[in-house]
Amino acid sequence: MTQSHTLSRPLSLSRRGLLASGAGAGTAALLPAAALAQALKPATLLNVSYDPTRELYKEVNAAFAAYWKGRTGQVLTLQQSHGGSGKQARSVIDGLQADVVTLALAADIDEIAARAKLLPANWQSRLPNNSTPYTSTIVFLVRKGNPWKIRDWPDLIKPGIGVITPNPKTSGGARWAYLAAYQAAAKTGGDAAAQAYLTKLFKNVPVLDTGARGSTTTFAQRKIGDVLLSWENEAFLTIDEFGPNFDIVYPSSSILAEPPVALVDKNVDRHGTRTVATGYLNFLYSPRAQEIIARHHFRPRDPAAAAKYASAFKQIPLVTIDGAFGGWKQAQATHFADGGVFDRIYKP
Amino acid sequence: MTDRFTAAPVVRPLNDPWPRRPRLVEHSVLPGFKLSLGITLVYLALIVLLPLSLLAIRPWELGFDGIVKTLTDPRVASALRLTFGISLLAALTNAPLGLLVAWTLTRYQFPGRRLMDALVDLPFALPTAVAGIALTAIYAPTGPLGALAEKVGLKTAYSPLGIFIALVFIGLPFVVRSVQPVLQDLDKDVEEAAQTLGASDLQRAAYVVIPAIGPALLSGISLAFARAVGEYGSVIFIAGNLPMKTEIAPLLIVIKLEQYDYAGASAIGCAMLAISFGALVVMNIAQIYLARRGRA
Repeated sequence: MTQSHTLSRPLSLSRRGLLASGAGAGTAALLPAAALAQALKPATLLNVSYDPTRELYKEVNAAFAAYWKGRTGQVLTLQQSHGGSGKQARSVIDGLQADVVTLALAADIDEIAARAKLLPANWQSRLPNNSTPYTSTIVFLVRKGNPWKIRDWPDLIKPGIGVITPNPKTSGGARWAYLAAYQAAAKTGGDAAAQAYLTKLFKNVPVLDTGARGSTTTFAQRKIGDVLLSWENEAFLTIDEFGPNFDIVYPSSSILAEPPVALVDKNVDRHGTRTVATGYLNFLYSPRAQEIIARHHFRPRDPAAAAKYASAFKQIPLVTIDGAFGGWKQAQATHFADGGVFDRIYKP
Repeated sequence: MTDRFTAAPVVRPLNDPWPRRPRLVEHSVLPGFKLSLGITLVYLALIVLLPLSLLAIRPWELGFDGIVKTLTDPRVASALRLTFGISLLAALTNAPLGLLVAWTLTRYQFPGRRLMDALVDLPFALPTAVAGIALTAIYAPTGPLGALAEKVGLKTAYSPLGIFIALVFIGLPFVVRSVQPVLQDLDKDVEEAAQTLGASDLQRAAYVVIPAIGPALLSGISLAFARAVGEYGSVIFIAGNLPMKTEIAPLLIVIKLEQYDYAGASAIGCAMLAISFGALVVMNIAQIYLARRGRA
């Protein structure tokens, strides 16, 4: 008791002395230290993403955590959540505390901005390249040796061909696939031909899963169908996972799929994670992340990475959503809203 | 015996007053009525009534015409027909087979009986998605049973038959577990008495056993039916989910939600609720009727 009393005495004396002496010098020395201590506090970041990016973000997250710790000393816990793009967007709208969203298409992030007002409407102009650090496209995955000689879009509507694709109402990838098919048919015969083509195409679909991963399982594991309309990266991943039982077929044209990323402003401000989250999204554009992206079969934006992996991605004509469909808002309303073109396909 | 309605003058003894009108709440000799009722009401309101009333409010954003339009949409109507039709079929299939299982488990002694008894609960305890994946793995054309069925020209997974299989699977424990305790408590003496009076096996089953377990069986069927109607997890894996063909109503609700059509989704939800409620009321009335007849 007495001992601690005597010990504390000189300490308090010296503190008082310090305050009494040079106040300016003292605070100048203390402030950065305090700021640093605050920055060092471990943080958690939640990335809400879509179906086929599980493996990608696992690696990106590990790389970013190491990079961030080296730069700032802050220890990060990065969490990731995956599912159908629409479902993920709805979870964020309903209150899932995402710091960043990395979804399959801009329309889903638009919904978050419009319905929950968690980020500004102009979110897509805040980062380079339409806020898409990588692109992808829709390709065909067929069984080894391509027994049914499926080479291009018209082959999909031949009688007896089983086409596997998820439900465009619930899956972002399926919407890109639907639009890729549509543009190919519309190029030769206009909208009427495209609708007739899609009606025939969906007659050949025996199973309509809710997400891209579900369709891959149906095709690869359950061995249903002859061709899978797949994200390019998912097609490569299937070959990596299931061995060489499949071939990838590039159709004569497809769509430039731009899966965007965005900061969820209201959530990062609530969590105090704006700096980290911004750093995370910028990191996606860095050469190191672009390299990881390319290795996971997504098409990188960075010219150096793109050049290095040029042989891995076949160059085919790709239409853009803005060029061929007038942007996501219009495409969504025309094709996927209730009573839209997709619903009419299934009208008896 | 005095009777108020006979024309003859009634002479009532002093110590026997006119029969009182039945009171709304019969006084119980058990203490704690008010407290128990209070907690029951609050609990039911919080757990059941509040969410359901919120569900019932939502569709009106569409207006009456909008609700009618949503529900008469061919795709929605077909999904509702499919869901309720196959659920009923599955529940009715489980009635005789579940009864047989319960009968075997209560009336016979054989090695492995306890293990079998525990197995019955598995479909109940298993996460529905796991059940769905397991069933699909078996019944898909690549699975052992699916391949066999394919040889006979039968499509199991990704067809209405697949949905039926999943719903029978998840409904079984409800029938067995409803009937089993009643069978266990059924006095052997009654059956023996019937036998000594010369009743055949069939007569004993029809006049003694079935009337006694009827209400329990019916409640098992309605539970299995109600569960099947709401089943999502196990069905979506095996159904194929094709609009107008194998798309169940709960999936359509999820699809509507993913299009941010909360009102449309709740409209379908309310319709399902109303149909289920109607079906359960009918079954309850039948059950009461059976119970009365069973006692008489």
